[in-house]
Amino acid sequence: MPDKRREYALNAVLALGLLLVPLWAYWAGSPFTITVFTRIAIFALAAVGLNIALGLGGMVSFGHAVYFGVGGYVAGIAAQHAFNGETFLGIAGANQMLIIWPVAMIAAGLLAAVIGAFSLRTSGIFFIMITLAFAQMVYYFAISWPTYGGEDGLPIYVRNTFPGLNTMRPWNLFILCWCLLMLAIGAFALIRASRFGAALMAIRQNPDRVAAVGISPFGIKLAAFVISAMITGLAGALMADLSRFASPAAMAWTMSGELIVIIILGGTGRLFGPVAGAAVLVGFEVIFGGMTEHWRLWLGLVLLLTVLFARGGIVTLIAGRERLG
Amino acid sequence: MTAALLFEQFLNGLQFGLMLFLMSAGLTLVFGVMGLINLAHGSLFMIGAFFCAAAAGLTGNFWLGLAAGMAAAAAAGALIEVTVMRRLYTRDHLDQVLATFALILILSEGTKILFGPFPLYLDVPPLLTGTVDLGLTPYPLYRLALIVAGIGVALGLWLLIGRTRLGIRIRAGENDREMIAALGVNIRALYTVVFALGAALAGLAGALVGAVQSVQVGMGEPVLILAFVVIVIGGIGSIRGAMVGALLVGVIDTMGRFLLPQVFALFLDPSKASGAGAALASILVYLLMALILVIRPKGLFPVHA
Repeated sequence: MPDKRREYALNAVLALGLLLVPLWAYWAGSPFTITVFTRIAIFALAAVGLNIALGLGGMVSFGHAVYFGVGGYVAGIAAQHAFNGETFLGIAGANQMLIIWPVAMIAAGLLAAVIGAFSLRTSGIFFIMITLAFAQMVYYFAISWPTYGGEDGLPIYVRNTFPGLNTMRPWNLFILCWCLLMLAIGAFALIRASRFGAALMAIRQNPDRVAAVGISPFGIKLAAFVISAMITGLAGALMADLSRFASPAAMAWTMSGELIVIIILGGTGRLFGPVAGAAVLVGFEVIFGGMTEHWRLWLGLVLLLTVLFARGGIVTLIAGRERLG
Repeated sequence: MTAALLFEQFLNGLQFGLMLFLMSAGLTLVFGVMGLINLAHGSLFMIGAFFCAAAAGLTGNFWLGLAAGMAAAAAAGALIEVTVMRRLYTRDHLDQVLATFALILILSEGTKILFGPFPLYLDVPPLLTGTVDLGLTPYPLYRLALIVAGIGVALGLWLLIGRTRLGIRIRAGENDREMIAALGVNIRALYTVVFALGAALAGLAGALVGAVQSVQVGMGEPVLILAFVVIVIGGIGSIRGAMVGALLVGVIDTMGRFLLPQVFALFLDPSKASGAGAALASILVYLLMALILVIRPKGLFPVHA
């Protein structure tokens, strides 16, 4: 039982810390700090999405960056058409976040339905390689298709808007991202506690037994995969708006690796694992990236030692092995 | 478009496919024998290319460079196996992905520190410069040599696996590792040898390709991902599958990039045709992979473990 209380406390610290530090930065007038924390919140949101597929369902998707990238392109393409008045397959552009977010989620979800339908026919090492290959396919398509920037990506000249908020101000954008992150974590908790989540976790442990009691593993896994991609796609749309740039680099395979790293560093399947992992990864980049250009070498070493000797990630280190819920 | 041009592109595809085979053979061998997914295989390709370019630059001799590249990759492979991989054989694939992802970060930055941030260039050896007349078309001698070398290595590998004691042990290790350990084979040493062999093949591929492209950090990963496509098509663990998959991917990718823009030009205006053709060509091999997965989910030559 003390384990549970420690995890509740840790979760509260992470949720409030992520809110209070930027709030302090807002008063102290440090927009850079707010932007760093916005990045943490967005990466955490993307990883919460992947955590549904990977943490709950045991599906090691090495291509989740593609949904992150597609979300970004939805924001970029919508903004470009809203800007120049042209249409995308007859659909007018939009610069309203409340329109762009659902469209980004739907686009990522549809892509995940197609990719998942192929790759979920396999499992294990095949699944890892195939999700990677499909992500790479979309990546190469994006960089060789000249209409939307190709290799150069797509700039967003004016950040998309949210009713009642000036999204050009760092704090306003941050608070939007923080709220969406908390909503997604809430959704993750609901899914984990639901019958659907129970079936999903049972499939991770033993798909044959689940099939034997009359539940088809394929449908459950595909549904979880699509939900997972939709959340990651939403994060991608936010990231494009933060950097005011829809980049093909957002769907490069290294990004898929980083999303997995965030989850493992934080703690696989843990509610606030993605937040802890994203804070460590972004913090590492900001702190060590300022000291040495070879910070990736140190990140690699830390990661390697974590995998070899400290399994379970930060949340497990502090709150113990038992999962909540 | 002439038959000569088509033939030349086909040879280019063959050459690309054979280099992919050198990469895929090591990957599929390591997976078949040790059950390990190694993302850092592309880094071994890069190490081979860098050491070859640096040694050839120092000594002025391409062949010394080639030997240095292979030796460096094999040594790096053996070192990685002994220090890291050995701890991963019993872990799940997620841990393997993560640890080898970390190795990519370490090896890429390490290469940058050792050789500097700028690309290196490797000259084609004097013996293999110039072109040779193949009847239909003149063809660069070096690329022809790559094809011959690729076929030679493939034959050598086939003999090694099929005809030698080491090959017997490797095949036995694929089937039942506990049993061959019980029969007195030093399984740890065998794993190190297999890993170093795969690394040497990747290093050889990197060194050979280094003379026709620039040698730079990050050159290994695109090849690695294509090698994944190859072994998914061929069947994971199957050397024969890797050969068939590599040739399919090499030829289809090269021919697609050459032919598709011209096909699109028949019904689109030229500027749009080249863009659409290039975009479709870049995803062609992945579509092939998806198609093969639908028909044969375990690849063309499934290995029954």
